[in-house]
Amino acid sequence: MTTATSNASSLFNPTSAPDYLPVDQLRCLQLQRLQRIVRRAYENVELYRTRMVERGVAPGDIQSLDDIAALPFTVKTDLRDTYPFGMFASPMNEIVRTHASSGTTGKPIVVAYTQDDINVWKEVMVRTFACCSLHSGDIVQNAYGYGLFTGGLGAHYGLETLGATVIPISGGNTARQIMVMKDFNVTAICSTPSYFIHLMEKANEMGIPLKDLPLRAGVFGAEPWTSAMREYVEREAGIKAYDIYGLSEIIGPGVASACCAQEGLHIFEDHFYPEIIDPETGEVLPDGEEGELVFTTLSKWAMPMLRYRTRDITTLMTEPCPCGRSIRRIARIGRRSDDMFIIRGVNVFPSQIEEALLRVEGAVPHYQIILTRDGGLDQVEVEVEVTAELFTDSVKGMEVLQKQFVRAIADIIGIRVAVRLVKPQSIPRSEGKAKRVIDKRNEG
Amino acid sequence: MKLHQLSVFMENKPGQLVAPCKALADAGISIITLSLADTEQFGILRLVVKDATEAQKVLEIAGFVVKVTEVIALQVPDCAGGLSELLARIENAEVNIEYMYAFTDKLDDKGVLVFRFSDPDRALEVLGEDVEVVSRVDLYEKLGVK
Repeated sequence: MTTATSNASSLFNPTSAPDYLPVDQLRCLQLQRLQRIVRRAYENVELYRTRMVERGVAPGDIQSLDDIAALPFTVKTDLRDTYPFGMFASPMNEIVRTHASSGTTGKPIVVAYTQDDINVWKEVMVRTFACCSLHSGDIVQNAYGYGLFTGGLGAHYGLETLGATVIPISGGNTARQIMVMKDFNVTAICSTPSYFIHLMEKANEMGIPLKDLPLRAGVFGAEPWTSAMREYVEREAGIKAYDIYGLSEIIGPGVASACCAQEGLHIFEDHFYPEIIDPETGEVLPDGEEGELVFTTLSKWAMPMLRYRTRDITTLMTEPCPCGRSIRRIARIGRRSDDMFIIRGVNVFPSQIEEALLRVEGAVPHYQIILTRDGGLDQVEVEVEVTAELFTDSVKGMEVLQKQFVRAIADIIGIRVAVRLVKPQSIPRSEGKAKRVIDKRNEG
Repeated sequence: MKLHQLSVFMENKPGQLVAPCKALADAGISIITLSLADTEQFGILRLVVKDATEAQKVLEIAGFVVKVTEVIALQVPDCAGGLSELLARIENAEVNIEYMYAFTDKLDDKGVLVFRFSDPDRALEVLGEDVEVVSRVDLYEKLGVK
């Protein structure tokens, strides 16, 4: 009897209970938390107080969840402008941790956590891993970078709290990653999708195909990718690949996660309240319409975020999920408005190029998009690596292949762009977030 | 009868040829003959070496995509009309020549050409007994390839 009970209970992690709250109870909880956090932000962060005063909104005006639309938006530059500590609502002696964005351009953005915030983070990470079918007994290789980046430590604390065995290997040293994966009988891995693809490739080179290892699940996040890429990974590595979503400004990883249904990502909305807005007008859009994702943190104490604009384009899915969770989902994010470029008047996202390339039989997802400017006009060239499977001995065959790529892209984005076939391994591999777009428009 | 030719994918930009040649040189592999097909975008380097399997391994380790293709080396009389007479037989049989290139050395006073036929077996059939097909052994022994 005891065996049966423990088996059944191992499938359900008690920490995940809020995922199944009845909707009216969840809304009630969200409103209480929203009112509390708006007051806290107003009273402790100058930027919020100034903006709310300008708009004539006081904390007491938040009487329902819809009233959130009266609050001002927060954007990434607000965090840069108040660098380093201007958005903190807690005194330093209550802050136990800071993280910072990679800051590829200019100053990084700094985020802060109280001990309670860290506990919430652990909780949402446990719920994330439970969504991804991980449990105590799993041996998990955490290949997210440890350090200022939230990925490594965020996943680490969540995995420990879950009771899984964590291998804190961080990113890089690919040959050692594969050795460890094999020797430690790793059952799950956390990394960016692009780094995992690099691992797969290296493993094949070393004669240790990941398919032959006990690895069964991958928890992938920190960069947008396509369903086509996920299917490729699942097929080639013989694993189930789960999407997770998060951003440092909100908490780090642990904002939303795919579940066994693999149809959208559940938002842990008892802590992170989602809205979808029209990115042009800022109007809140009805459920099911595509727009920019906006989050308000409902419980974050050290650094509350009111209506933070993520720049990610998605839709809010309100229909019930087959997995039984009642929390809402967002459609997988393949598009980040920051990554968008405009070619001949057409908006193009790197993920559309990725999807097109993977439609060509035998193609592997090693590609790069080069943007240049020629006489005031933006030009794009897509570089794709040629594999043994794609290579034929005839010039005609290779030209046909190149045209197949051009056509596949045109079918999706509606315009023809240049495609250049390049040697294998000639596109740099990333150990963290992949750099898909090389923008040379402002050079020379 | 057929030779194993290696085809290597090349990018069309300066300095690309050095790497494969260097990789083969470092492995002590001598190139018997080669040809380079190029387009604006890319090229295909075609090589005949003594040990195709070994050379393929060397090139793949050096990061190249390599395909092994069956080609036929034929002796062609070194006189006016020598080639056209031979080509006529192929043409009549409606076998397509995808590409061809030459060896630098002569064999028994005849030129040696490498042919990639659309249907190598059919080509061998229609060529007739008077056309000398150069076997691997001939190549290495008579051409003195080490």
